[in-house]
Amino acid sequence: MSFEVRVERRLGERMIRADFAAPGGLTALFGPSGAGKTSVLNMVAGLLKPDEGRVAVGGEVLFDSGAGIDVPVRHRRSGYVFQDGRLFLHRRVRDNLLYGWKLAEPEARWMTLEQATDFLGIGHLLERWPRTLSGGEAQRVAIGRALLSAPRVLLMDEPLASLDAPRREEIMQVIERLRDELALPILYVSHDRSEVDRLASQVIELIG
Amino acid sequence: MFTADEWEVVRLSLKVSAVAVGLTLPVAFALAWLLARGRFHGKVLVDALVHLPLVLPPVVTGWLLLIMFGANGPAGRWLSEWLGLTFMFRWTGAALAAAVMALPLMVRAMRLSIEAVDKRLEDAAATLGASPARVFATITLPLAVPGLLAGAVLGFARSIGEFGATITFVSNIPGETRTLPLAIYGALQVPGGEAQVTRLSLIAVALSLAALVVSEVLVRRSGQGRGNSGSGCHVL
Repeated sequence: MSFEVRVERRLGERMIRADFAAPGGLTALFGPSGAGKTSVLNMVAGLLKPDEGRVAVGGEVLFDSGAGIDVPVRHRRSGYVFQDGRLFLHRRVRDNLLYGWKLAEPEARWMTLEQATDFLGIGHLLERWPRTLSGGEAQRVAIGRALLSAPRVLLMDEPLASLDAPRREEIMQVIERLRDELALPILYVSHDRSEVDRLASQVIELIG
Repeated sequence: MFTADEWEVVRLSLKVSAVAVGLTLPVAFALAWLLARGRFHGKVLVDALVHLPLVLPPVVTGWLLLIMFGANGPAGRWLSEWLGLTFMFRWTGAALAAAVMALPLMVRAMRLSIEAVDKRLEDAAATLGASPARVFATITLPLAVPGLLAGAVLGFARSIGEFGATITFVSNIPGETRTLPLAIYGALQVPGGEAQVTRLSLIAVALSLAALVVSEVLVRRSGQGRGNSGSGCHVL
């Protein structure tokens, strides 16, 4: 599994550009805030349309301005873990976790609810409402929800940013296990050097 | 304590308001959605038209309804020929007047609740494989429900109180168009009608209070466990 990302997009005065390929493992998109890291992630997910470029994951072309290809967000199978978690507040943890799982093709699923809750240590949270979770718990549920949607790639946007130091360490260990135990390429956005040094198998620097 | 005539007035008021709100609900929701999320030319105009009954003298609204939906009005003639639906001096006309007057309040409440739905949650649902229709049904709509219910109850309370447009459009006919406010107005014109005015006014107060309590309870219940009882519910 691999990524090829070559995108260009003008946002107001700024020009966001990225051009890289990654074989797998955890690829960090690193750079100062305002460099457009999240925009690049959104362009891979299909939430933002590049003015020009090409995005391919595992050999499948998701976007190609030249060939007129633009696969809709819902068919891209990118497991997106947002900075702020974005759990569905009107659904319990179980229903959050199963939201994408239920929508995935049965043969595309590669994880069960039980495997995900064991992996992330969130089995005891299933009947809780998102509002009652701590930051670390919410982020683990968000990761679980993304993994269960049968993704081909995991997109993580500063998943540690809203956490205190002990929780950061806890989620950092989860991410290391994701990187080492699952054959799932990860695109990881961060502006924190130490985080990137520890987690990344490859670093792409974005200049603001 | 209450006479049969007075119960008839209450029954008619509830029927008129229920029909008005029931028919307005989908229209108000569609307009609220359009105004909250739509991007099109003439949005300002649609917004202004929807809000017109709120600022226009109710007598003028009633007169416009008379022109449009009267026996010789363009809409009135069409509806009568094709659907057999007439409004003049009938409870259906009172319901139409109440609906038009309640519409702006309902659209306002619903629009606020739709705007309060976090679009980023809709994006998240899309990345998990949800189609736009599913995003709407499973994310947007449930999160907007408190505001929708508040809008409906508000519209109901407004319909119960509707007076000016109704009396202008369909007059004050016992058993057909004499709703609570019209009955109170009528009783005030009659010497010795004070006792009846008091009784009918007490009913009006009770109905209005009940509507407010119901709205509050509905909003609380639908927000249970999620702690989001704020968004767009307290519009007035």
